[in-house]
Amino acid sequence: MMDSSDQWIRERSGIIERRWAATDESVVDMAAIAGANALAAAGVDASDIGTVLCATVTHPYQTPSAAVEIAERLGARAAGSTDLSSACAGFAYGVGIADALIRTGTSEYVLVVGVEKLTDFVDPSDRSTGFIFADAAGAAVIGPSDVAAIGPTLWGGDGTQTEAIILDPDWVTHRKLIAAQVETPWPRLQMQGQAVFRWAVGDIPRVALAAVEAAGLTVDDLDVFIPHQANMRITDSMVRTLKLPERVVVARDIATSGNTSGASIPLAMSRMLEAGEIESGQTALLIGFGAGLSYAAQVVTIP
Amino acid sequence: MNEQETLAGLAEIVNEVAGVPLSDIVAEKAFIDDLDIDSLSMVEVVMAAEDKFGVKIPDEEVKNLRTVGDAVAYITANAS
Repeated sequence: MMDSSDQWIRERSGIIERRWAATDESVVDMAAIAGANALAAAGVDASDIGTVLCATVTHPYQTPSAAVEIAERLGARAAGSTDLSSACAGFAYGVGIADALIRTGTSEYVLVVGVEKLTDFVDPSDRSTGFIFADAAGAAVIGPSDVAAIGPTLWGGDGTQTEAIILDPDWVTHRKLIAAQVETPWPRLQMQGQAVFRWAVGDIPRVALAAVEAAGLTVDDLDVFIPHQANMRITDSMVRTLKLPERVVVARDIATSGNTSGASIPLAMSRMLEAGEIESGQTALLIGFGAGLSYAAQVVTIP
Repeated sequence: MNEQETLAGLAEIVNEVAGVPLSDIVAEKAFIDDLDIDSLSMVEVVMAAEDKFGVKIPDEEVKNLRTVGDAVAYITANAS
């Protein structure tokens, strides 16, 4: 499929396997499954959901939002629904917004879904992206609590690096080229790997520390670290820079899931819970970072 | 800072980032060809060196630093 090798891929990214959705499987299909699982795990009825936030950049419609359809599929008839476009930081943005909606009394229960079908927008023969990206959905129900289980969300970005991760060509350019009968690829993900790596290992650890501090904690208080699963090398570097104690459980789901952008954090958390690697009540740092460039982070209690 | 001190400091960084044994990190060794350090690790080595030695190593310069000795010479010449 592409000119590469298992060894090169593992060394460069830590990825051994990745999962791709079926051709007829959509973002909404995957999100609805994750959403239903989250509702069941939370013991919350769909009719009690006040807001559905869908973090995705791969729903192939400018409109209507994936969130509205997801709400309909789940029977969340009372929900206001909207998509959230923050790529790999999407889920952490969603958690932050859900937290704020509940604290202000706008909604009692918020369903946050992170879902991507990146294989629709990645050229499988592109040696720099074809092996990294994959498809998945993860979801969480967020609700009221007597004890705060979500710390302050720190988010931001670097608008000088919008070109670092982009879909190229954009739809309008694509349309013009088609009309002019010029050969053009479908919009596909292009990434300046080294610039993104430099930003992720250089700037993002500062955000991580700030989020921990904002929660009134130090890294010694952390039990779990779930960074967006961008690349195992980035995760390794962050663990070193943050000087995380050895006992902290670090998400390394990318090894078998690949980079699933907005789905990676909830996917990793879900799989770590299922495998018994982490447990309810533990203190976890979530941090998403990626296209924008943008980032979001918060300390949470594992549900 | 003299070249000896720079080499020692750089060796610590390369050892920490890429796990290369300190004894292997000598002037004649090439980062990519001899020490098996890929471009992602080079980004980390460069960032750590900029921090440790107070130098700026622009991307265009990084590709000229083929060996440990090249890096030591550049850093020693530009350190503040």
